[in-house]
Amino acid sequence: MNKKGRFGRFGGQYVPEIVMPALNELEGAYLKYKDDPEFKEEFSSYLREYAGRPTNLYYAEGLTRHYGRARIFLKREDLLHTGAHKINNALGQALLAQRMGKKRVVAETGAGQHGVATATVAALFGMECHVFMGAVDAERQKLNVFRMQLLGAKVIPVSSGTGTLKDATSEAIRYWATNIRDTHYIIGSAVGPHPYPAMVRDFQKAIGEEIRAQSLEKIGGLPDYLVACVGGGSNAIGSFYDFREEPAVKKIGVEAGGRGEGAGDNAKTLSGAGEPGILHGAYSYLLQNEDGQVVEAYSISAGLDYPGVGPEHSFYKDAGIAEYVSVTDEEALAAFQRLSRIEGIIPAMESSHALAYLEKLMPETSPEETVVVTLSGRGDKDVQMVAKVLGEQEGA
Amino acid sequence: MGTRLENKFAELKRQGRKALIIYITAGISPAGKSADGPQATVEAVRAAEAAGADIIELGLPFSDPMADGPVIQAASVRALQGGMTLPKALGIAREIRKFSEVPLVAMGYINQMHHYGFEKFVQEGKAAGLDGVIVPDVPHEESAGMREVTQRQGFHLMEFITPGTTGERMARTCREATGFIYCVSNYGVTGVKEIDYSAIGKVCAEARKFTQVPLAIGFGIGTSEAAVQAAAQADGVIVGSAVMQRMLEGKMGEALDLIGEMRQALDKSCIR
Repeated sequence: MNKKGRFGRFGGQYVPEIVMPALNELEGAYLKYKDDPEFKEEFSSYLREYAGRPTNLYYAEGLTRHYGRARIFLKREDLLHTGAHKINNALGQALLAQRMGKKRVVAETGAGQHGVATATVAALFGMECHVFMGAVDAERQKLNVFRMQLLGAKVIPVSSGTGTLKDATSEAIRYWATNIRDTHYIIGSAVGPHPYPAMVRDFQKAIGEEIRAQSLEKIGGLPDYLVACVGGGSNAIGSFYDFREEPAVKKIGVEAGGRGEGAGDNAKTLSGAGEPGILHGAYSYLLQNEDGQVVEAYSISAGLDYPGVGPEHSFYKDAGIAEYVSVTDEEALAAFQRLSRIEGIIPAMESSHALAYLEKLMPETSPEETVVVTLSGRGDKDVQMVAKVLGEQEGA
Repeated sequence: MGTRLENKFAELKRQGRKALIIYITAGISPAGKSADGPQATVEAVRAAEAAGADIIELGLPFSDPMADGPVIQAASVRALQGGMTLPKALGIAREIRKFSEVPLVAMGYINQMHHYGFEKFVQEGKAAGLDGVIVPDVPHEESAGMREVTQRQGFHLMEFITPGTTGERMARTCREATGFIYCVSNYGVTGVKEIDYSAIGKVCAEARKFTQVPLAIGFGIGTSEAAVQAAAQADGVIVGSAVMQRMLEGKMGEALDLIGEMRQALDKSCIR
């Protein structure tokens, strides 16, 4: 086993040979710049001036009153430019791509948030941008497709396989392999071959670092619970990483329980039937059948229906650093409406999964405790879909 | 005595000929036909060998074939829909061994083999008559553990080189190569068109400094002309998508004609 880029036994570089030189080049650039003062200053300046960091740690008084237990704070990644935490990573990788002299970026997207973030930074830095999106996702997230096109990106619907995120990812990798010399692949989550999982986490770890500083300031200590949704797991790893050596801060990743327990009915990679395997370059937990074929994941949320998960989360699960649970479509839908009504904040369907877990968590907490939920994105993109689903439920 | 694969390359070399390696997806069922999977694949291999294939790559269909283009993706989807599995593919190898000594190498993705148990796969694969395995999503850096298994079991684990494989990586890859080295002709995935084979020719020349293991060029070889051009740079060529495209369309005759034409063209070019 190649020790490079491993989180315990997870991670690695399972990619075609044609991609290896680009991964080595990327790793070199990442290692060179991650601690480079000039790069760090430029990155944090864009995060501050362009994306809107730091984001608020908002005391959700209404939600706290609703449960009558621990105090609840929301880490407001939804307030960032483009409406989700994805912009943090897109900015970091675009700055790296520039330094590597790449003229074009390619990305995969599920819900479209990462595609929009990538299209945004490509516009900002004057790079050509190609976004691969499952044909099914492109249909259910039409607004984001138009946003990307408006930003100058070329959106390529992918109908191979099942036409969702995993197929878009495979197609982005194929495109990258074909255009590897002048193209950088901006992976949207903490998944993929080394150095992506570590690099994406580093570009997202400001979330957790800010939670720490803001908690100390607002509550005079660290939170007792961190709750974040997990698809590939970038907002969760960004939230958890700074607290990885602090067991007193309980870290809970919430996966999509979808519509049931059957194969193909959920995205419970860590909290359900997943077993370690290899997809898209990394050894990590994976939803697969008895023949080792990848099982399609399902969720009401287009950002969570991924059959794999970031390798660092697999390590956290096995090492007991974080706990992984799930909530169903229905529970997430209820949480989506609950936060809208109680706090006047419409959360992304992905983030609604983290919020839905409060139903189970809050009764176990006490008023002296503090819960921080990472609100990874805003829900404007989901409103149309939710209206449709609720309409169907009422009609039924 | 060498392995079937080594003996075949040695024999071709003595004859001054180039190897024609044909890829066929296990469980391939021609368009319009119901999935009669295993038997159709066995017959396709029999016919491909008769038409002039020296070596057969038996594709193990995978749900997410990252290194493959649209044709082999489609073949994989169809084979999986027909119920193809890894144990059934081993059954195909056993059937082929009843009538043929053609070198057979499996080509599949690591997750399936890992899930089955890589060592178990190698043991059972060898017993079924496979001579080696090609795993396109495992680069040299990640294959040490697998190589340990294949060496112990007397099985070939094919290495890949590409126009981007240079320096120390090229040297290391070549030194540990066995069977044949899969030389990827160009940037991209299987099934691409219009390739300048001189680039991979330079790569092959570089590889020759480190190894005498045969070199086979693959990716994008769709015509006799392309086969001849590529073969001039190496010891053999690998043809997948062009043959699979015809088989998928139910045009088995055309697929076999293409293999036959390539065989003739390769042999003619070598005599000159």
